[in-house]
Amino acid sequence: MAAPTPPPENAIVRWIEARLPIFGFVKHHLKDYPTPRNLNYLWNFGSIAGIMLVVMILTGVLLAMQYTAHVDMAFNSVERIMRDVNYGWLLRYLHMNGGSFFFLAVYIHLLRGMYYGSFKAPREILWWLGIVILLLMMATAFMGYVLPWGQMSYWAATVITNLFSAIPWVGNDIVTWLWGGFSVDNPTLNRFYALHYLLPFLIFAVVFVHLWALHTVKSNNPLGIEPKKQQDTIPFHPYYTVKDLFGFGMFFLVYLGVVFFAPNLFSEPDNYIQANSMVTPPHIVPEWYFLPYYAILRSVTINISIPFTDIVILPAKLGGVIAMFGSILVLFVLPWLDRSPIKSGRFRPIFKQLFVLFVVDCIVLGWVGHNRPDEMLMMGPNMGIPYLMIGQVATFYYFGHFLILLPVLARFEKTRPLPDSISAASSGQG
Amino acid sequence: MADTVGKTEAAGETRRDFLFLATAAVGAVGVAATLWPFIDAMNPAADIRALSSVDVDLAPVAAGQRITIKWRGKPVFIDHRTAEEISKAQQDDNADLRDPATDASRVKKPEWLVLVGICTHLGCVPLGQMPTDPRGDWGGWFCPCHGSVYDTSGRIRKGPAPRNLEVPTYVFTSDTTIKIG
Repeated sequence: MAAPTPPPENAIVRWIEARLPIFGFVKHHLKDYPTPRNLNYLWNFGSIAGIMLVVMILTGVLLAMQYTAHVDMAFNSVERIMRDVNYGWLLRYLHMNGGSFFFLAVYIHLLRGMYYGSFKAPREILWWLGIVILLLMMATAFMGYVLPWGQMSYWAATVITNLFSAIPWVGNDIVTWLWGGFSVDNPTLNRFYALHYLLPFLIFAVVFVHLWALHTVKSNNPLGIEPKKQQDTIPFHPYYTVKDLFGFGMFFLVYLGVVFFAPNLFSEPDNYIQANSMVTPPHIVPEWYFLPYYAILRSVTINISIPFTDIVILPAKLGGVIAMFGSILVLFVLPWLDRSPIKSGRFRPIFKQLFVLFVVDCIVLGWVGHNRPDEMLMMGPNMGIPYLMIGQVATFYYFGHFLILLPVLARFEKTRPLPDSISAASSGQG
Repeated sequence: MADTVGKTEAAGETRRDFLFLATAAVGAVGVAATLWPFIDAMNPAADIRALSSVDVDLAPVAAGQRITIKWRGKPVFIDHRTAEEISKAQQDDNADLRDPATDASRVKKPEWLVLVGICTHLGCVPLGQMPTDPRGDWGGWFCPCHGSVYDTSGRIRKGPAPRNLEVPTYVFTSDTTIKIG
C-alpha cells in the first residue's frame, strides 16, 4: 500500500521498514495523503470525533478500575468515584460529558456529509461505515447510561429494552433474554457493563475501516467536485494537521468549559436518585442526543388495520419502534434517494433551503422529545397545540424529506454551474 | 491449476460438490448447535428462575386500599376493590375496549384485583396505588410515561399501551392469602 519511497537513511528504520513498512504507511497516510485544498472547518469534525473516541476509551478504562457492576453497589461506587477517588470527579465528568460532545461532533460530521453530498458515489461504503459507527455509538451510550444505576438509568433500560417486546411472537422472549431475568436487574447491569466495555473497541475497528475507505476514495470537499490536478490538493501534513489541531483546540475549549463549569448541564437530576424498580419517575427523558428518535417513537399512536376489519396488521407500538429505527436506517439508502449528480449543496439552491428546514425539523423533534406528549404548547390562555401533534408533523416531515423531497428534487432542481476545478475556484476566491 | 482440474474432471465435479455441500451443511449444524449455549447463557439463570413465587397475606388490606408487592423484580398491584369499583368495572364489560375482556375473567374473587404493575406500552410503573396519585378518567391507573389510562379492572382505555395490565398466575391458598407465580 505504501507509495514507492526512497529507502530511509537510518539503518534501523531501514531494517524495520523492510520487515514492516510502518514508516512508509504513516508517511503515506498521515503526511503525503493528498487532501483537497479547499476544506473548511466543517471537515474538522471527523478527526474531533476520533479524538473524542480516544478520550472516552481512556477515561472509561480508568473509571472501570473503580466501578462496581452490582445493583447494590453500582450507585455508591459512582459516588465514591466522585468523592474519594483521586481526580475521580474529573474522569467521570470528562466521560459523562464526553458522550454528549462525541455525539455533537458526530452529528455535525454527519450533517456536513449530507449537505456536501459526501455520501454520493464513490463514497457510499464510507457513508455506510459511518452509520454503523453511529449505531454502535448509540448502543454504547445507552448501556453506559445504565451503569450509574440511578432512576433514569434504570427506567431508560426498562423502556428501551421493552421496545423489543413489540416484535411479533418472540418479542417477550427476546426481552427476557436481554434482561437475563424477569425485569431489569443485576444480570442486566452486568451484561450492559461487559458490552459497554466491548463496543468501543468495535467502534475503534470500524473507524479504521472507515478511514481505509476514506483513503481509498479520498476526501470530498465543499465544492463537491473531485480533484483533477496536482494543484487541487495539498499534503495532509502540515496543512490539515494544523487546521485539525486548531479545530480540536476550539472544540475542547467548549467541552472542557462544560466539564469544569457546568458538568451537569446535560444530566437529569433524577439520575442522582438510586434505581427503584417500584417507582417510575414522573417524566422519563433520554439524553439530548436521543431526543429526536424518542419523539419519533412516541409519534406513532394509531394501529394500522386491514380496512373495514378489526384485524390489526401493524400495532401502534410496533409502528413506533419501526419508525424510530427507520429514522436512522433510511440513511443507508440516502445515496439512492438523493440522486442529484451535483454533490455540494452550494450549487443546489432549493436543496440548500430544504437542508436548513431538515435541521430545524430535527431540532423540533428533539424539543418535542423533551416534553411530555400529553401536554400542550400554550399559544394563549386557552389555546394550545399538543406536543404529540407537533411531533407527528415533524416525524412526517423527517421521512418526507428523505422519501419524497430528495428524490423529487434530484429530478427537477435547476442547479448552478460547477467550477472547472478546485484550484480554479480557489484562486478566484484568493 | 485448479481451473484445469475443474474443467477436465467435469464428471468428478458432482462428487466434489457433494462433499463440499455435505461438509458445509454439517458445519452449519455444528455452528448452530455450538451457538445455542452461548445464546442461552444470557437467559435467566436457575437461581433467578427459582425466585419465581411469593406469598401475600391479604388480611390487613382494607377495602378501597391498594398495595404493591415485589414479584420477580416487578411490582404487583393488589387492589381490594370496593363494591362501587367492581360494579363500574362490570358495567364497562361491553364498552369499546382495545383489548376486550370481561371483569370476571380478570379476577378470582371480585373484590381482589391482582395485576402486574407494569404498563404494557414500554414497561413503566403506572400511578394510582396511592389515594393521592392521579388515576385517570376511569379511576384505575395512569401511566405517567406516555399517558396510558387503565380502568378499575386494569383494562387499557386510553393512550398508547396495546394490552390490559397483565394478571399474573396466582392461587388463593386460604381465604386471605394468595401465592403469586
